[in-house]
Amino acid sequence: MSTLYLLIPLAAILVIIAVGLFLWSIKSGQFEDMEGPGFRILMDDDEDLIPDDAKVKKKDSENKESNDTPD
Amino acid sequence: MSDNAQHSCFHCGLPVPQGSHYHVVIKGEDRDMCCHGCQAVAQAIVDGGMESFYEHREGPSRRPEDLIPEQLEKFDLYDQEKLQQNFVEVDDANVKTASLILEGITCAACVWLNERHVKALPGVLEFQVNYSTHRARVRWDDSQLQLSDILRAISAIGYIAHPFDTSRQEEIYKKERKLALRRLAVAGLGAMQVMMLAAALYAMDYDVGVDEGMRDFFRWISMFLATPVIFYSAKSFFVTAWRDIKSKQLGMDVPVALAIGGAYSASVYTTIFGGPDVYFDSVCMFAFFLLTSRFLEMGARHRAGQAAEELIRLLPAVATRIKDGNEDIVSVDELSPGDVLLVKPGETVPIDGHVIEGVSSVDESLLTGESMPCLKNIGDELTGGSVNVESPLTMEVDRVGEDTVVSGIVRLLDRAQTEKPSIARLADRVAAWFVFAILLIAAAVAYWWWQHDPAHAFAITLSVLVVTCPCALSLATPVAITAATGTLTRTGLVTTRGHALETLAKATHFVFDKTGTLTQGRLHLADVKTFNSMSKEQALQLAALLESRSEHPVAMVLNKAADKPAALAIDSLISTPGKGVEAVIEGEVYRIGNLPFVSELAGDPQGFEIHSTVTSVGMCRGNQWLAVFELEDEIREQAADVINQLKRSGIKVALLSGDAKEAVSNTAQQLDIEEYLYAKTPQQKLEYIRQLQADGGVVAMVGDGVNDAPVLSGADVSFAMGSGTQLAHASADMVLLSEQLDHLVRGVSMARKTLTIIKQNLGWALGYNLLALPLAASGMIAPWMAALGMSTSSLVVVVNALRLRKN
Repeated sequence: MSTLYLLIPLAAILVIIAVGLFLWSIKSGQFEDMEGPGFRILMDDDEDLIPDDAKVKKKDSENKESNDTPD
Repeated sequence: MSDNAQHSCFHCGLPVPQGSHYHVVIKGEDRDMCCHGCQAVAQAIVDGGMESFYEHREGPSRRPEDLIPEQLEKFDLYDQEKLQQNFVEVDDANVKTASLILEGITCAACVWLNERHVKALPGVLEFQVNYSTHRARVRWDDSQLQLSDILRAISAIGYIAHPFDTSRQEEIYKKERKLALRRLAVAGLGAMQVMMLAAALYAMDYDVGVDEGMRDFFRWISMFLATPVIFYSAKSFFVTAWRDIKSKQLGMDVPVALAIGGAYSASVYTTIFGGPDVYFDSVCMFAFFLLTSRFLEMGARHRAGQAAEELIRLLPAVATRIKDGNEDIVSVDELSPGDVLLVKPGETVPIDGHVIEGVSSVDESLLTGESMPCLKNIGDELTGGSVNVESPLTMEVDRVGEDTVVSGIVRLLDRAQTEKPSIARLADRVAAWFVFAILLIAAAVAYWWWQHDPAHAFAITLSVLVVTCPCALSLATPVAITAATGTLTRTGLVTTRGHALETLAKATHFVFDKTGTLTQGRLHLADVKTFNSMSKEQALQLAALLESRSEHPVAMVLNKAADKPAALAIDSLISTPGKGVEAVIEGEVYRIGNLPFVSELAGDPQGFEIHSTVTSVGMCRGNQWLAVFELEDEIREQAADVINQLKRSGIKVALLSGDAKEAVSNTAQQLDIEEYLYAKTPQQKLEYIRQLQADGGVVAMVGDGVNDAPVLSGADVSFAMGSGTQLAHASADMVLLSEQLDHLVRGVSMARKTLTIIKQNLGWALGYNLLALPLAASGMIAPWMAALGMSTSSLVVVVNALRLRKN
């Protein structure tokens, strides 16, 4: 039981660290846009990095998909 | 092409008109476009190598034609040093930073498209879009490109950007939000730890084997963790409660501060001097849940504020002043009577004055509701806010500042606004009584238990205070309204004032303005009558040729109606403002213009009658009549449908216009509106609304012009059209950005649904309080149970309100 005298203060210190980290992340603006960053990683900016032979295949399937989009 | 007639535009999703020839090759496939605007935007996107946009977007884009307002041409003004002082930060010599509001963002793909497109411009150092708020921050090198280039680049891909003054609102919101988040973080993490320790403390109560040293140790740690929650996170409750007490009012925060302060002090006392119970867990939990609901409410308030700010354009009124033969652009504030100004075609008359040089037609529709431009000769009065249509005018300033016509209307508006019935104030008064009752009951409970069982008196009083916390009650209305306004905003109906939905649900009368509201606010070709074996196509082509150089709204309509101008060479062309155009083609004199102008040459027309409800334009060759074009202000597509639906849902509809009798009665007949008033001044319109209100009606007003502003303000709830004037936006409770009238009907049904939800919520909150109060007062609920019950009750209210977010 006496180990609690060590563990509980340790937990309290961890909470203080957690609060500190949280405050830092608020200060650095990580909570300003809660939706955008999640989508950002899904956007392909790597079109020119894809090798040509792989590209042809991908384009076909994309065209099929994009036919459905405008509605 | 005919089988494509029912296709929708690949860019904006609207139907492609028959015989359309607009298309763009996207990802190797030929896609049909509905109009030139969509084609240009899609081409710009393809040329920029950003075709992937079309794969990632979630729905059709906005039709670019709809979002090109007149300020598109005025982007250059944003480059002026003087104006930039308001919204641009200069980092060093050339690097500048500005914040932009982006309009037209519908999904994450739009953000991606904008970022890629703008970042590719040479000279742009940084460009980042916030998807949640639709705000962007741009840093650019002023020596390489101007701000107007960036704004233009954004409009090329179909969005509208305009800078805004961050100091006004944005910075305040940001600070508020960060502070609230910090408080929430401290309270949340603190509460979690304290609750963990509390569980151990409760367990110790049942286990006699635990020594007192361990119990005290747990209490001390709890106190250590709870203290920042009380003094940092819950500080705002104490501050507001103190302010309320000082101003002798009773707000929601008074019992909250009493419960938190009392429970904390008692727990600290127990911890130091020993005693039966500590309530650190209850206090922290209570503070955390309260802060959470306040945070959600703040988010909703900010969103509403941001929506309102999007309507405010920074672009100030500027004027071209002529002094010693030099033209120079000055702010309207600097003008004084006697100054000479130049007003070019298409520009807004900046201030009241009179014409000293030139003849032109001036569109005063926003001020008077009159849909046709009227002719201004030398010496005629010009009113600030009207738009010069045809040719340059030189004017002398007569009145400035407070004396102008527009200022007069603004004053009327201010008065109407202060006289507005406020439901919000009523709610505050009810809350004050509620709080008073809670405090009275708590005091009575404390007194009774003190007499009978002093050991438990404190815990029970605390339970009563916490369990009756008016949290759910105070959340019941704002949460439902937030959810509903969020849903409406997504469909293009922006709510700028909190009470709007509640009032809309109770509306008994809908009063519409005519020009620009029920009608499109622009002319269209209704009919063509031809003489002397001329075909309609030929007549239109010839008209388009004659009018090809004119900026007059009539000319624009004719140019648009013809598929192409006639292929003839014009020898000479003279334009007479307010009358028409005379041209010589292959040795013959042609005239197009108003009927008297054409009759001068061709004599009175034979064989057709003149309708007073339409604008007739005649065309002749020598003394031969060729054609008469009839133009009218087109009634919006859904107007008849909307009025029908409003009537069916038991709402009386009226038409209120500043326009002449024939035009108004004609529109009223077409739309089946029995009650209509014509040729009304803003003052008279306001009186009409006041009369309806005096008879017990709840009036909703829909309008768009400056002249409507006081009426919009005086009505119980009001809508401004998205294309309307700033003043109308500012005075309206809701803005119909989508310009789709049927969203009004949706607004009404949504408002009624919201009112039902609010009633359910209030019923639940009150029922819960009435049920929990006797239990707490009789000592059957421990403080921690009370805190849990209070938050569950709030949660039920929030979840119930979230049902409004569907569809």
